[in-house]
This record gives sequence, structure tokens and C-alpha cells, in this order.
Amino acid sequence: MILVENLKKSFGSHQVLDDVNFEIQAGESVVIIGRSGGGKSVLLKHLIGLLKPDSGSVKVSGENIVPMNERELLRIRHRFGMLFQGAALFDSMTVAENVGFAFRRDPSISEKEIAQRVAEVLDMVDLPGVENKKPSELSGGMRKRVGLARAIIYRPEIVLYDEPTTGLDPIVSDSIDQLILRVRDRLNVTTVVVTHDMRSTRRVGQRILMLHDQKIYATGTPEEIFNSRDPIVKRFVEGVSDPKELYF
Amino acid sequence: MYFRGKAFISDALEGLGRIALLARDTFASLMTLKVAWKDLVYQIYFVGIKSQSVVLITGAFTGMVLGAQTYFQFHKVKMDTATLAVVSVSMCSELGPVLTGLMVAGRVGAAIAAELGTMRVTEQIDALRTLATHPVDYLVVPRLLALHIALPILTAESIAIGIYASHLVGTHLLGIDPVYSWHNMVAYTDGSDVVVGMVKALAFGGIVGLVGCYKGMNCGEGAEGVGRATTEAVVYSSISILILNFFLTLSLGQLLEML
Ligand SMILES: Nc1ncnc2c1ncn2[C@@H]1O[C@H](COP(=O)(O)OP(=O)(O)OP(=O)(O)O)[C@@H](O)[C@H]1O
Ligand SMILES: [Mg+2]
Repeated sequence: MILVENLKKSFGSHQVLDDVNFEIQAGESVVIIGRSGGGKSVLLKHLIGLLKPDSGSVKVSGENIVPMNERELLRIRHRFGMLFQGAALFDSMTVAENVGFAFRRDPSISEKEIAQRVAEVLDMVDLPGVENKKPSELSGGMRKRVGLARAIIYRPEIVLYDEPTTGLDPIVSDSIDQLILRVRDRLNVTTVVVTHDMRSTRRVGQRILMLHDQKIYATGTPEEIFNSRDPIVKRFVEGVSDPKELYF
Repeated sequence: MYFRGKAFISDALEGLGRIALLARDTFASLMTLKVAWKDLVYQIYFVGIKSQSVVLITGAFTGMVLGAQTYFQFHKVKMDTATLAVVSVSMCSELGPVLTGLMVAGRVGAAIAAELGTMRVTEQIDALRTLATHPVDYLVVPRLLALHIALPILTAESIAIGIYASHLVGTHLLGIDPVYSWHNMVAYTDGSDVVVGMVKALAFGGIVGLVGCYKGMNCGEGAEGVGRATTEAVVYSSISILILNFFLTLSLGQLLEML
């Protein structure tokens, strides 16, 4: 479904991705883990064409999206949904307008139907009745869930989640994990999740990619990664910091 | 110094090129005629209705001061009744469009740059793109169209109120003969002066919209980036208006003579 080859990206002199290669199958759920600032969000944005790599290719169903211009990309993006790390809600609109944005100019679906679907997905993310609030009136975790609702309401084929559970309490985190799995299984959605949360990595990942040193350092099933003997992978999944990084 | 100069010139040229690309994108998007009417109406309201007070006050006081100053000079050579004609011609072809353009650049250009800049730094523009919406279709087209529609109307208002205010000051305060004054104004103000003013207003609307949108959509990171984008939008569109005005005066004058 998604094939990334020799992807390189740097901002100025700061190399973020250096020769990243991986493939994601249709209907699969893949979790990308890695250190903060390691380039996970940057990688995710390349998959949907928000950023252009310095070199390399990103193929979606065999089509290379790197050379496409903004208008050609729109066609590809209909198949994608994306949850941003900071939710990126439109702050001049209400929650309902945000979530229903994708249907805004679709004449085949009536206002009433939109309202109904908005209410349905808001219910799915545990936020019933917030339709008329502005994003600024919501907490960080609530915004994230509204962003999630906005990304899945139009039933895309591929959903990219950038840290869906960061900043949520454990119970809501669990329900978001369940939701991601439900969306994947019911609609056969290809799922890519970026996260630091090892509990949710275990729950939603069929395959784990670890980004380290600007590359995909390790890949494997959750069992393989969590039982890895590799010191870097082991330290990451167990959450142990490097002793020399401790000053105090 | 030499190298900084070179970088400055290449930056400026790159900016110009990218604004031209934005203009082309906008034009292409307009040609598809899929304008979001609701957004357009809101933008016209924001640009047109909300700028009324600023534009009317500017127009009135400019007209009055221009009338008074012209009268002081003309009075010496006993040409009192030509005052209003001078005011009318300069308001129509120069002061009306330029001052309205500058005021709108300050009010609307800044607001556009700040709004789009904030949307950019909070990733809202990226979110739009992931929702299969072209930022030019959704953000630039309604704003640019609204400016193209509203600025000529605002300019016409400012011209009208400027002339009328000057007429009132001239007849009531300075004692100019109202009938001759009015007659001279109508006789010496050509239709082409009004046409020139309207063409200029149309062009200035384009400048304010394009520069504001460009600066907003390409703004730097953080609050500082938004602040700089806003300032630059106002400065660059104001300077462009003044420079373009000079060339339009020259070229439109020639053009209308040929017709
Ligand atoms: N637009 C940009 N301009 C310059 N540098 C950038 C930009 N976006 C990201 N970076 C740099 O790229 C690196 C990776 O950033 P990224 O946001 O992908 O990290 P991340 O892995 O998602 O981290 P986190 O887990 O904290 O979200 C960072 O060092 C950041 O400074
Ligand atoms: Mg990130």
C-alpha cells in the first residue's frame, strides 16, 4: 500500500531522515516508535505529501507521490486521514464544523446527515454533545479526540495517527486504542501510528518500526521488539535513559 | 556588504517569483468557478463593511484639507471657483484609490497575514491539505475576490465623500461660490479620471490580497513569525501600491489618450 524507498530529508544542515526504507501492507497496522525529536512526525508528513523529501520516493498503491504538485496530491489525499500531533483544529470553527469539514462541499450529503454523522463519531471518541463548542474551550486531550474524529469521519483507506494517546488519561487512552483497532478491522483501514506510549504500541501494533539515527533501526512484531536483545531497542522499550545523560 | 546585497536581491526576486506563482494558482482556481460563496460573502463583509469608517474618515479629511490648501493658493490669483475641480480630479485619479488602498492594506492586509500566518504555524493549513482542500481555493480565492470587489466600491465612496466634504468647506467656510464651483468641477472632471481611479483600485485590491496571503502562508515559525509576516504584509503592500500607482498613472494616461 505504502512503499518508502531511500527517503532523505534535512532542514538546512540538520539531517532528520537518512535513507529510510519500509513497506506497509494494505489493512496492516504499523506503529512507528523512536526518540523525541527523532523525525517521526516528519516521516509521517512525507507519507501524505505534506513535506517533500530531498531524495527518495514514497509510493501509494504504486504511484510515486513525490513529484506530484499540490493539485494532483489532492486526489491521493482523499484516501488518507491524518491526526496531527497538536490536533490542528480550525480555531475559527466549532467542533461540528471541524469534524464535518470533509463533507462541506459534498452536495450528495445533506446537512442533517452530516450532523448525524458528526454526532456519531463524536460519540465514538467519547465526546458526546460538544458540537457547538469552539476548540479553544476544549482541553488538550479533548482536542486530540476531535482531531481524531475529523480524520476518520469520511472513512479513509489509510489513517495516520501522530501520537493519538499522548496527554490522555489511561482510560481514555485505552478507548482510543480500541477505537483505532475497531476502525482498522471494520473498515479494513491501513493504520500508521506514531507513539511513545508502549502500552498502546503493544495493543495496536501488528508490526513495529523503530526510527533511530535517522534510519529504521529495527522492525518486527511486538513480541520481537519487546523481547529484543539489542541494547538500543531494549533501552527504548524499557524506558531506561543512558547513564551518561544523567548530570544530577 | 556586497554579499548581503546579493542575498537581498536574490531573496527579493524569489519572493516576487513566488507571489507570481501564487497569482497563477489563484487564477487557475478562479477559472474552475468553484468559489465558496459563503466564504466570499463573509470576506466582502469583513473587507467592505468593516472598513467603512476608516475609509470615509480618510476620504473626507483628505478632501477637505486638499480643498482648503488649493483655495489658499488659488485665491491669490483669483481662481477660487477652480478649487473643487482640482480636488475632484486629484481625488478621482490619485488620492482616492491610493489612500483607500493604503488604509485597506493596513487594516485588511495585516488581518489576512496574521490570520493565515497563525493557521500556518498551528498546522491548520497542513490540516486543510490533508482534508483534500487546496489552501489557495479555500483561503486565497475568497479573500482576493472580496478585495477586488470591495476596494473599487470603497474607493468610489472615499472619492465622493472627499469631494463633497471639500465642497462644504469651500462654500460654507471659505466663501467660494457654490454654483460656479460645482459647474467647474463637472466641466473639468473627465470620465477617464474616474476610470483611472477604478482601475487603480482594482489593481491595489489585488496587491493587498496577494501580498497578505503570500506573507501569511509563508510565515516563519512561532509568534515572532506571525508578527513579522503581518508587518511585512503592510509594508510591502503599501510600498507596492505607491510604486505601482506611479506607473499606472503614466501608462493609463497614455492609454486613454490613444483611445
Ligand atoms: N519545519 C521544520 N523546520 C526545521 N526543522 C524541523 C521542522 N520540522 C521538524 N524539524 C526538526 O526535525 C526533527 C524531527 O522533528 P519531529 O517533529 O519529526 O520529531 P518527532 O520524532 O515527531 O518528535 P516528538 O516525539 O517529540 O514529536 C527535530 O529535530 C526538529 O527540530
Ligand atoms: Mg512528533
